[in-house]
Amino acid sequence: MPAREGTYGLLAEFETPGDLVRAARKAHEDGWRRMDCYTPYPVEEAAEAIGFHRNKVPLLTLIGGLMGGAAMFLLETWISVIAYPINAAGRPTYSWPAFIVPAYEWTILWAGLSAAFGMLALCGLPALYHPLFNAPNFRDGATTDKFFLCLEALDPKFDVTATRAYLETFKPNSVVEVDY
Amino acid sequence: MATKDIKPPDQWVNPATGEYRVIAPGQTFRSITEKIVRIVLTPHTPMGWFGIFTVAGGGAVMLMVAMTWLFLKGVGIWGITQPVAWGFAIINFVWWIGIGHAGTLISAILLLFKQSWRNSISRFAEAMTIFAVACAALFPVIHTGRPWLGYWLLPLPYTMTVWPQFRSPLMWDVFAVSTYATISVVFWYIGMVPDLATLRDRAQSKIAQYFYGLLSVGWRGSVRHWMQYETASLLLAGLATPLVLSVHTVISFDFAVAVLPGWHTTIFPPYFVAGAIYSGFAMVLTLAIPLRKFYHLEALVTDRHMDNMGKVMLVTGFIVAYGYGMEAFMSWYSADHWEAFTFWNRAFGLMGWSYWVLISCNLVIPLTTLWVRKWRTNMTFMFIMSVIVNTGMWFERFVIVVTSLTRDFLPSAWGTYRATKWDYATFIGTLGFFTFMFLLFVRFLPMIPMNEIRMLLPGAKIKPKVAEAAD
Repeated sequence: MPAREGTYGLLAEFETPGDLVRAARKAHEDGWRRMDCYTPYPVEEAAEAIGFHRNKVPLLTLIGGLMGGAAMFLLETWISVIAYPINAAGRPTYSWPAFIVPAYEWTILWAGLSAAFGMLALCGLPALYHPLFNAPNFRDGATTDKFFLCLEALDPKFDVTATRAYLETFKPNSVVEVDY
Repeated sequence: MATKDIKPPDQWVNPATGEYRVIAPGQTFRSITEKIVRIVLTPHTPMGWFGIFTVAGGGAVMLMVAMTWLFLKGVGIWGITQPVAWGFAIINFVWWIGIGHAGTLISAILLLFKQSWRNSISRFAEAMTIFAVACAALFPVIHTGRPWLGYWLLPLPYTMTVWPQFRSPLMWDVFAVSTYATISVVFWYIGMVPDLATLRDRAQSKIAQYFYGLLSVGWRGSVRHWMQYETASLLLAGLATPLVLSVHTVISFDFAVAVLPGWHTTIFPPYFVAGAIYSGFAMVLTLAIPLRKFYHLEALVTDRHMDNMGKVMLVTGFIVAYGYGMEAFMSWYSADHWEAFTFWNRAFGLMGWSYWVLISCNLVIPLTTLWVRKWRTNMTFMFIMSVIVNTGMWFERFVIVVTSLTRDFLPSAWGTYRATKWDYATFIGTLGFFTFMFLLFVRFLPMIPMNEIRMLLPGAKIKPKVAEAAD
């Protein structure tokens, strides 16, 4: 990542989730796209307001599960039929009903691991540093009881003074400038 | 009606629904955060914690001693013999893993059913699952006699080109239990990430900030992240639900696939799963009641939780009762000589006392008393009840394992079973180890999911501006 400097964006702090959602919806309607909301618990309406509707976690989970199940079933078949066939009272070496149980478990195992770690990867986590951690009020509020809207400097509409005045119209607790 | 007859509404009952409240009224985002964070980030660990920690640590040490002696001498130090080759190790394995099941039920199945009361108790129930599964997984490994060769259970390409036998339920167990342990840990950890971020942000000391900062992987509460997080949580819950049902089913296959009378029955999978949930909820109560008292969490773990858990125990208790009834019925209806004898031997044979302990602890005492709401919300009663049920569930596994094995088809193969002091030391040792791990969890990690509790508060509702002004 190239070293960045200057302003990351303007961060407005709100007291209630309702205020945040109204502000985010208006900003999105006014054409803002490089924006994000930060909340202490999932606020679905805020995600809708900034136009984030779908994610790829279910797809990753499906792929992970199918691959896990197929891998275990093929491994069992290969071991029992080719690598180490055991004649147990004349039963067929390819006794597929017995193979279903471990394959079922591995479907769940790899689907679950894909869901969890795929989600982290899609979120770009772990990311131990982020410019927002520089904001003085972010640490006390974002993971406790405050609701934040950040309009980012990468948006073409961004201008420090004009955007600050724009955010002030939503009557936030405060608007702070966040540096990289 | 005189004015004095009009009672002020009970603040614990929600007037809109007539139900007990899940969270005490008057809590805010900040107050519940402070309440939970303070338990972890306090510089003053309560003396009581150290007291129990020492006792539990003593138990964990006893487990280490028992295992060291076992590794030096071999499984002969236990009471296992022919024909009872399974003994305490398998009884404890099944008992512990059953206890774990309630954690997954609370965190996964109740999440899918949108039972929001589960939020307060889900985190420590999941922690209970993980430590119970750790205790459980220990037993089959040390029961193999050569635990240092435990990796032979895995399909790894060894130099002697021997591969595992996938047609055996014991092999299925390896995959069921290892998957269950992995998914439980992942689900627990992912659920904790936002709360670890709260701890990171509220910690004062540098060490705590680094510790929770690393564990929280830089979580910052972006709604884009939250939405993917919620999807992943739901998917994990959806995956953990069939998983938890399959785990005890597979464990019951260890018994049901064998031809032994008393084991070879199709009722085992559902009856094992119900029993697992029954004992697991009992263990959640055993942990939750002292915890909420000790840490003053009555506002978050309320009477409603105790009431609901009592109801779940009542239902699963009746499923278990059906299982016992069906076993008795089938021993007669199958017209199978050996089945009938096995049942007679269980109830009236040499070890008949254990069957009646199980019937009284699992059926008679809980299923007659748990109907009464006043008792379900009485903490002393529920605590004693939870211990009774777990005693009963332990005896259930004892009866299944021991009475069937001691009376095989041929009287010449009959035997008896008596546990040794090393059996007891190992079992009590795992109880100590479990408590030891649980106390560490309570001290260093958020035991109540703050982000999920916040969603239950009235302030979390998004209302139109007009309605908000009217509040």
